[in-house]
Amino acid sequence: MATRAPERAAPPRRPGGKRRLNARHWRHAVDVKASPYAYVAPFFLLFCAFGLFPIGYTLWVSLHEWTLLKDEHTFVGLENFRVLLTDSYFWNATYNTLSIGVLSMVPQLLLALWLAHLLNRPLRAQNFFRITLLLPNVTSVVAVVVIFSQIFGRDFGLINWVITSFGFEGVAWRDGTLSSHLAISTMIMWRWTGYNALILLAAMQAVPRELYEAATIDGASSSTQLRKITVPMIRPTIAFVVITSTIGSMQIFAEPLLFGAYTLTGGQDRQYQTLSLFFYENYMRLDFGFSSAISWMIFIFILIIAGINFLLTNRMKGSVR
Amino acid sequence: MNGRRVGNRLTYLTLTAVAFFFTIPLYYSIVVASRDNASLASVPPPLFPGGNFFENVSRVFDTVPFGLAMLNSVFVAGLISISVMFFSTLAGFAFAKLPFRGRNILLLMTVGTMMVPTLAGIIPLYILMVKLEWVGSLYAVIVPALVNAFGVFFMTQYLSRALPTELLEAGRVDGCTTWGLVWHVVFPAARPAAAVLGMLTFMTAWNDYLWPLMVLTPENPTVQVALSTLAAGYVNDYVMGLAGTALGTLPLVIVFAFLGKHIIGGIMQGAVKG
Repeated sequence: MATRAPERAAPPRRPGGKRRLNARHWRHAVDVKASPYAYVAPFFLLFCAFGLFPIGYTLWVSLHEWTLLKDEHTFVGLENFRVLLTDSYFWNATYNTLSIGVLSMVPQLLLALWLAHLLNRPLRAQNFFRITLLLPNVTSVVAVVVIFSQIFGRDFGLINWVITSFGFEGVAWRDGTLSSHLAISTMIMWRWTGYNALILLAAMQAVPRELYEAATIDGASSSTQLRKITVPMIRPTIAFVVITSTIGSMQIFAEPLLFGAYTLTGGQDRQYQTLSLFFYENYMRLDFGFSSAISWMIFIFILIIAGINFLLTNRMKGSVR
Repeated sequence: MNGRRVGNRLTYLTLTAVAFFFTIPLYYSIVVASRDNASLASVPPPLFPGGNFFENVSRVFDTVPFGLAMLNSVFVAGLISISVMFFSTLAGFAFAKLPFRGRNILLLMTVGTMMVPTLAGIIPLYILMVKLEWVGSLYAVIVPALVNAFGVFFMTQYLSRALPTELLEAGRVDGCTTWGLVWHVVFPAARPAAAVLGMLTFMTAWNDYLWPLMVLTPENPTVQVALSTLAAGYVNDYVMGLAGTALGTLPLVIVFAFLGKHIIGGIMQGAVKG
């Protein structure tokens, strides 16, 4: 990106055809000056119309009593947020979101790191392994949940069959808080571990080989090399993966919705209703003011978590140096 | 040397086990999709495909407008992919190779928008669609997705590396306009990355769920909306639900099995820069 095309090629000037040259020169100047803007314009126009404007407008809507049924929208100030922050269903959904987020992210990242480490060496069938890693990610969320709802079924599910054949009692996965969180986390892990492993692998391949060679000569084991060389060297990518997974986990929606066979409450006792599902429940009631307030709270949570992430990675960088 | 050998064998064993766990749910979904509901109750549960697949599939077609859903999804995802490839290449070229005022700040904004969750603006987006009278129409899922920040960033990264500046200069000397450069130099150079971007975009658009669910109707759905209708209304009819799932997933999985190498290359290339 450092090198650039020259602004314009100096046109040869002849005294005779000055007017014609001027027109051409002018056209050329406009072309060079305006083209870049014309090329980035479609993205920015679309983004303003369907991205930026809606986000700002969400805040505006959230300050109103706003339903699709009435044309009049009363301004209520922060009332929606006050109601939201005292709503126990909201905090329940927040707890569920965080719980499912932690349960799915921590094992997922460790597993992804380890898988990437295993793949980061000359292997036969390298492509085969990579493709199988990404296969779950190609499968749509809806498909994943439908498949896993069968696997986690209470009566005829595959997992309960394995459990009962070992002599234990089958688990009613949907009924408990922890068990339903575990089931949902499994779906998320299954879909995203391979994807994250590939991103980490890409970063690992950029680590200089000599570091590993030197460590091998010094007798460092493979797992020591992972901890002492790989992880510190790919920290920015790890931070990237953590942040994108966090943003994703704050928006978990299809899993709880379809795991509960399309119930908006996420189980009888709301034991697995996430924030996005809580949002959707209120959206379906056409209570747009209140649901806008929810989506802003989700946005704020993401900003907070991203900020904490940023601070932590910065501090870690500081302590290693 | 011997210790290293054993380590390698362990690596293969582990990776094979992981590959097994990553594919078994897909396999099992096909097993269930090709059985009937009664046989699911048997102990042990069926572990091999049966002969009921086509009957289940025809029930899927009787229950939801699945053919229409497939057509809609192909149309929506195809159009979005082509448009994203085109506009991202244009914008990526401008960001990577053309000097203009405000370039850096605009590029920074583009990257920044990638962090914004979809949910943050979805209500006004819906209100907008109501005003435009696009609710229930495919416009609502196509138009907002015609170009996105990820695509622009992806092509910017690629073109700043892969497009030789000398080639552009030579084109200028030959009297090419900027558009002439785009047509004769940029598009040919961008083709490999644009293809990867197109495939990734197709996958994302095909699998998109929340927004289509909000703006489309069960009468005119995409595949994912139709599948969730199946999953919602016929809770205990596992075989039909999974037959639909297999039908909606298999085309993509097969394409991926063939082109996966390139898609993975694209994802990994994008990642190092991110």
